[in-house]
Amino acid sequence: MPDDRANAETFEALAIPLLAPLYNFAHWLAGNRDEAEDLVQETYVKAMKGFSTFQLGTNFRAWMYRILRNTFLTSRSGLKQMVSLDDEESSIVEPAATDDPESLLFARADEEEIRRALEQLPVAHREIVLLCDVEEMSYKEIAELVGIPIGTVMSRLSRARRTMRSLLRERVHGARS
Amino acid sequence: MTCPVPGKIEAYLDNELSAHDDREITQHLATCPACAMAALGGRKLKLGIRRAASSAFAPSAEFQAKIRRSVAPRSRPSWLAGLAFAVAVLLVVVVLGLWMRPRSQNVLSEATDLHVSVLASANPVDVVSTDRHTVKPWFEGKLPFTFDLPDLQNSDFHLIGGRMSYIAQSPGAQLIFGIRKHQVSVFIFKDGENFARIGSGPKRSNDLSFDVKTWSDRGLRYIIVSDTNSADVDSLSDLLRAARQ
Repeated sequence: MPDDRANAETFEALAIPLLAPLYNFAHWLAGNRDEAEDLVQETYVKAMKGFSTFQLGTNFRAWMYRILRNTFLTSRSGLKQMVSLDDEESSIVEPAATDDPESLLFARADEEEIRRALEQLPVAHREIVLLCDVEEMSYKEIAELVGIPIGTVMSRLSRARRTMRSLLRERVHGARS
Repeated sequence: MTCPVPGKIEAYLDNELSAHDDREITQHLATCPACAMAALGGRKLKLGIRRAASSAFAPSAEFQAKIRRSVAPRSRPSWLAGLAFAVAVLLVVVVLGLWMRPRSQNVLSEATDLHVSVLASANPVDVVSTDRHTVKPWFEGKLPFTFDLPDLQNSDFHLIGGRMSYIAQSPGAQLIFGIRKHQVSVFIFKDGENFARIGSGPKRSNDLSFDVKTWSDRGLRYIIVSDTNSADVDSLSDLLRAARQ
């Protein structure tokens, strides 16, 4: 049917440009290549199947990320890692607040150190940081995508960044001493 | 002016403030070194994360190709048509194959049967002669075609005789040659529909352990059936081909 074909073409045009960022995000969630590939592939299969229910003109990118994230949540490693999400922020160790001159601090932190600090974040926090800082989504988009209130987005983001600073500070100081 | 809560500076950096709040923070940062430092740190962290994480992991070319293939729209009608065509071709091939196989086998089997009946017969030949110039004229008027008999002078073969034979209701010549203790039948028929399914090229088969060789040469169908070795069959077929030159 011509409608099917047109739909498939629209899907292809919208979805292919998202392949690299989706894969990057999947890898950040899953932590390894094989799982990232499985996640992305499943995401594309699900999205293609469900594309007829997607309303053109709404946020396709957020829709794809939501499918990917839901796929991850129901995957084995997703189930394992997202447990911390349920008992909310309490289980996450709060770094002590300090007033270090942070501009100096981050001038010293190289990309590798930032990556390692990011890996150490709980997935529930890491994903929010990635969606905000890398995918540049708004709090509202993130809230809808993850299915949490905007206030929780802000608090997770804030805690995640504090943890990042703390981890980077340790690395920089560790390297210095 | 009092310092804003830290969350507000973060929201400012994330571009989440209303125009009014945004303006307020901008003004405050211009006058408060501590908040300006915090904002600068926040900005650096944000940019650092973006730089470090945005292309940390790239999909392999192989994987990209796989996804592209899976997403590429398929033209379903032509795909279906292609499948239907393939199935149709397969069906025709199978049916033709089933239909042709027994027929071509049948013709060769008939020849083998005729050869066996000659071996078993007390009167194997209608015309007994070792002279080809006797045998060939004997067939004149009996067959709707003529053929040449090979010169056997320099070979191990000798002519025993000939008889009329019929394959699929059409008449042909059956020539009996001898080599050592073996007898070899050479059938010569008008090539046509009965043999069409064998194909015009040379073909060999082993029917009941008899060596059967057949070929078509300018309108005539030759079938050699023997229980001697295949080298003998080959040399006899060479002699027959040479006779037609």
